[in-house]
Amino acid sequence: MDAIAHHIRHEEHPTGLMRWLTTTNHKDIGTLYLWFSLTMFFFAGALAMVIRAELFQPGLQVVQPQIFNQLTTMHGLVMIFGAIMPALVGFANWQIPLMIGAPDMAFPRLNNWSFWLLPVAATLLVSSFFVPGGSMAGGWTMYPPLYIQGGISYDMTILAVHILGLSSIMGAINIIVTILNLRAPGMTMMKLPLFVWTWLITAFLLVAVMPVLASVVTMLLTDRHFGTHFFNAAGGGDPVMYQHIFWTFGHPEVYIMILPAFGIISSIIPTFARKKLFGYTSMVYAVAAIALLSFLVWAHHMFTVGMPVAGQLYFMYATMLISVPTGVKVFNWVATLWRGSISFETPMLFALAFVCLFTIGGFSGLVVSLVPVDIQLQDTYYVVAHFHYVLFSGSAMAIMGGVYYWLPKWTGHMYDEFLGQVHFWLTAIAFNITFFPMHFLGLAGMPRRIPDYALQFADFNRLSSLGAFVLGASQLIFLYVVVKCIRGGAQAGDRPWEGAESLEWTLTSPPPYHSFTVAPQVK
Amino acid sequence: MIMANHSSEYYVPPPSRWPIVGSLALLTLAGGFILFLDKMAAGPYVMALGAAILIYMLVGWFGSVIREDQAGKLGGRVDMSFRWGMVWFIFSEVMFFGGFFGALFYARNFTLPSLADAQMLWPGFSGAWPSAGPGIREQFTPMAAWGIPALNTLILLSSGATVTWAHWGLKQGRRRQLKIGLILTILLGLTFLVLQAHEYLDAAFTIRTGIYGATFYMLTGFHGMHVTLGAIMLTVITFRVFAGHFSPDDHFGFEAVSWYWHFVDVVWLLLFVFVYWL
Amino acid sequence: MRLKEPTTTRPALLAAGLLLSLPALAEYRFPLNLQPPVTIIGHRIYDLSTTINWICFGIFLVVFIPMFYALWRHRKSIGHEAHHVHEHPLLETLWTIVPFLVLIGIAIPTTAVVVEMKDTSKPDMTIKVTGRQWKWEYEYLGEDVKFLSNLATPREQISNQAPKGEHYLLEVDKPLVVPTDRKVRLVFTAEDVIHAWWVPALGVKQDAIPGFIRDSWFKVDLPGTYRGQCAELCGVDHAYMPIVVEAVPPDKFAIWMNDQKTRLAEARAAASKEYALPELVAMGQKVYQANCVACHQANGQGLPPAFPPLDGSKVVTGPVEGHLTVVFNGRPGTAMQAFGKQLSDVDIAAVITYERNSWNNKTGIAVQPREILAFRESQAQKVAAGK
Repeated sequence: MDAIAHHIRHEEHPTGLMRWLTTTNHKDIGTLYLWFSLTMFFFAGALAMVIRAELFQPGLQVVQPQIFNQLTTMHGLVMIFGAIMPALVGFANWQIPLMIGAPDMAFPRLNNWSFWLLPVAATLLVSSFFVPGGSMAGGWTMYPPLYIQGGISYDMTILAVHILGLSSIMGAINIIVTILNLRAPGMTMMKLPLFVWTWLITAFLLVAVMPVLASVVTMLLTDRHFGTHFFNAAGGGDPVMYQHIFWTFGHPEVYIMILPAFGIISSIIPTFARKKLFGYTSMVYAVAAIALLSFLVWAHHMFTVGMPVAGQLYFMYATMLISVPTGVKVFNWVATLWRGSISFETPMLFALAFVCLFTIGGFSGLVVSLVPVDIQLQDTYYVVAHFHYVLFSGSAMAIMGGVYYWLPKWTGHMYDEFLGQVHFWLTAIAFNITFFPMHFLGLAGMPRRIPDYALQFADFNRLSSLGAFVLGASQLIFLYVVVKCIRGGAQAGDRPWEGAESLEWTLTSPPPYHSFTVAPQVK
Repeated sequence: MIMANHSSEYYVPPPSRWPIVGSLALLTLAGGFILFLDKMAAGPYVMALGAAILIYMLVGWFGSVIREDQAGKLGGRVDMSFRWGMVWFIFSEVMFFGGFFGALFYARNFTLPSLADAQMLWPGFSGAWPSAGPGIREQFTPMAAWGIPALNTLILLSSGATVTWAHWGLKQGRRRQLKIGLILTILLGLTFLVLQAHEYLDAAFTIRTGIYGATFYMLTGFHGMHVTLGAIMLTVITFRVFAGHFSPDDHFGFEAVSWYWHFVDVVWLLLFVFVYWL
Repeated sequence: MRLKEPTTTRPALLAAGLLLSLPALAEYRFPLNLQPPVTIIGHRIYDLSTTINWICFGIFLVVFIPMFYALWRHRKSIGHEAHHVHEHPLLETLWTIVPFLVLIGIAIPTTAVVVEMKDTSKPDMTIKVTGRQWKWEYEYLGEDVKFLSNLATPREQISNQAPKGEHYLLEVDKPLVVPTDRKVRLVFTAEDVIHAWWVPALGVKQDAIPGFIRDSWFKVDLPGTYRGQCAELCGVDHAYMPIVVEAVPPDKFAIWMNDQKTRLAEARAAASKEYALPELVAMGQKVYQANCVACHQANGQGLPPAFPPLDGSKVVTGPVEGHLTVVFNGRPGTAMQAFGKQLSDVDIAAVITYERNSWNNKTGIAVQPREILAFRESQAQKVAAGK
């Protein structure tokens, strides 16, 4: 066995830059995704810092409105498509083959292409700041007719979205096929770690909805340049039609960003509660139910466009239903903790914060699912608070927890536990200072996407900005901890967490360059 | 040898330059397209360069897969991966067309009636389909279903039959039937494209003719592009058949193309019903 | 507070008054809930919001008290051993069904409110609201009264060169005036992009969609001034298109309406007058401040390339006809709007004269309102011929 391992570890692959450009190895590609995501996280985070600096007090101080709109737009687009999604795909690349006992992803070359399309799209998006007229300023949702008015950067954004879509679709197909076809003998579907299940369903959502996004931004492009009238009333088109098609993509997209986070949390909590996940079967069904419902609720993003009463009621009822399977998940996590043997390492802290804070985001989601209440809150800071509770304290904090959880496996070293906990507490506290007041701002009547506001919103905004600066600065600790862990540290051993049970912990830390070339037998 | 043993488990290809070449191609292509859209002279040339790199990449990449296949490196599980991959790829294509069909249904069933209700803004607008919208005072004749489109339906359906007939030939080792079937399919596909081009040239309206023109040209246009792509794929497969590739029990490349062709066929049926007929 | 009381009680009263006003002050500095509603729908939304928040808070406690109990009592550090229970069918069924029942409980009253708020039938009056980049236009249907409502906050306050007023960014030159105790139906549309008309105290938020008509309604209980903002990203000055609604008793409303009609008649008379150049430039500067300054800037330099400079512009210093065409019809595909529909003949004459005689532009030509009227008629004929 040693001879084989030795042979494989020294298998020929180019070194230096060419290794990363041409790699077909799922671990290399996972690493690329994660670094790309971290870079984009800091880029979009820096944009957020400027946004919060401008909102520190009423009046215009730091940037003019046009620039402000560019900042909010790019912050949203880059965080969604550049930071959160690639991070989750990075986890999928690293973990899925290790968790199901596969030698690699099903299509290793395609996997490389899925990644290397991201820098292409990022180039188009980031360079659009420097073209005449500046970058796209129409909001990440790209609503026409405002979108039709824009300049060259609007075309760059459309093309970037096409390329991101291509990348996501290929990546998702790869994940689905890997899970369906490359499981080790004995690894039946109902034995899959929940992380793998959540990614299977997420990948299905991606394949289903990214093409819809591609189709609708294509219509934007032809409306801009080829004289079609999809979104122009004079030609029998309809701006609201854009919103319907966009949110047919957009709502599943929301779950694309949260379901794998559920998967990460469902890996971390049992490990540190030293207890198997409670209600595994119901967790799988809950994820499937959430995914199914996500196709049926899109127009709850559009309660103020003036739908007929029947439409509003349908979308309200369907949306409310989502809280049932989501509730099941939260209850199962709490039940997993119940009578466990709990310890509080950094990944667990992130997971516990996730459960609490994501639930707050879920509650505010329930609040805005009610049409009359949403009428007051739509397009206000309440919504900004809501989606940061599900996307930052949801997805992003689950990602950070996941990084701490698997870093020892990926690098072979333990991370700095003290700094990890400092990072956690600063992040959790600053996050709440930043975003909790936004609920009140929204209730009090502050619209979102404005660079300047009335005086009664001043105090909460100042508080929120202060929180944001701390939140932003704390992420530098994260970067430091990650780099430090890669460069060295205590040996992690094969299984640094005594409660961890899935297949990846049977491998060495770090795992060999090619792992499970002989499929393990799962009992 | 030990390694041979491992590669028979699941073929993991060595590092490859094709993906990064593909990324470069798309960056160039997208960049050129943006320049073209914003009316800069260099646009078409940059696009042509991008397209050339893309073709180079496709030929190189598919070429290496075909060589690996011929060398017997791709075992049964890789074959199964390819099948799943193709299925999900076609599913994504279905969803892409779904977006445009969605636009068509929405415009007909929701947008036009609500524009007709807005008499305050568009006095006298009735909202009846086909429509170029209330603000474009253009009289036009919509495309009739029972001329060329009906003939085209017949042509595409027969091409679906010929490709299946070719498949039977392949499975039963009748290479002659396979070759004739494939060539017939390509010819039918090309006939379809010629008729479609003729229809476009004769059309009494343009893509600017309101929502009718927009949905008509975008749906039929994207379908036409897919037929073109399918025909190119069929041509490649035909060359491979003449080169002696594929055996009665191992011919995923052929099947993938025929699935794609059937998908294009089904999309046309929907187009015929919802764009031309109803 | 009544400060005319005998001096002995004054300090006590003052203290009490201060104490009582503390929550109010906190409410002003740190508002925690929806604005106080003044319509029936506003009240229903307020109550619904309060109820749902309490329900959520209750569920939060039910879920997280056990969780934090477990985190405290089932720690490894105090030697707690894991009890391996991974399923509990009864519990799992319960926590699926009970939330479902709670949801039904919430849905029933909410449905009633949705139906009520969508019922725009039998209004006492109808006002057409048109969103424009970046101002609102109000038209009292059947009354022939129509006006634009622009942000009234001076640019100096926005750029921090002057202290900010009490209603910073929430003040307009001409508010929408409505009667109390009357069902007012609003019909919404937009000229260019999607806007959203939102006044929190009225409980109304409705997107205004170009080319389409949407509607909503309200009936104000209390006279007063209610403020809101555009709630849909509509471009550069999205933050600067507020809404102010003044609700007055019906008799006062009738007086206001008569007054409006008289002024409109006067304005029509003014259009046939001949103006001197300085007079037009002075009037034009005001129009420019209200409509043009956001893009073309006070110094006429614009913000190229999106917003071209007017200072030294060929259009502005060239023939009047060309200048008028751009101001009148806008430039399709850019942010330049068609002001022909928005501004009166006097305003257009004034602003054009101003642009042609400011900065380095020295044409010395005064464009008169009757020239605008003539141009307007020629345009209308062209459109009619186009049919």
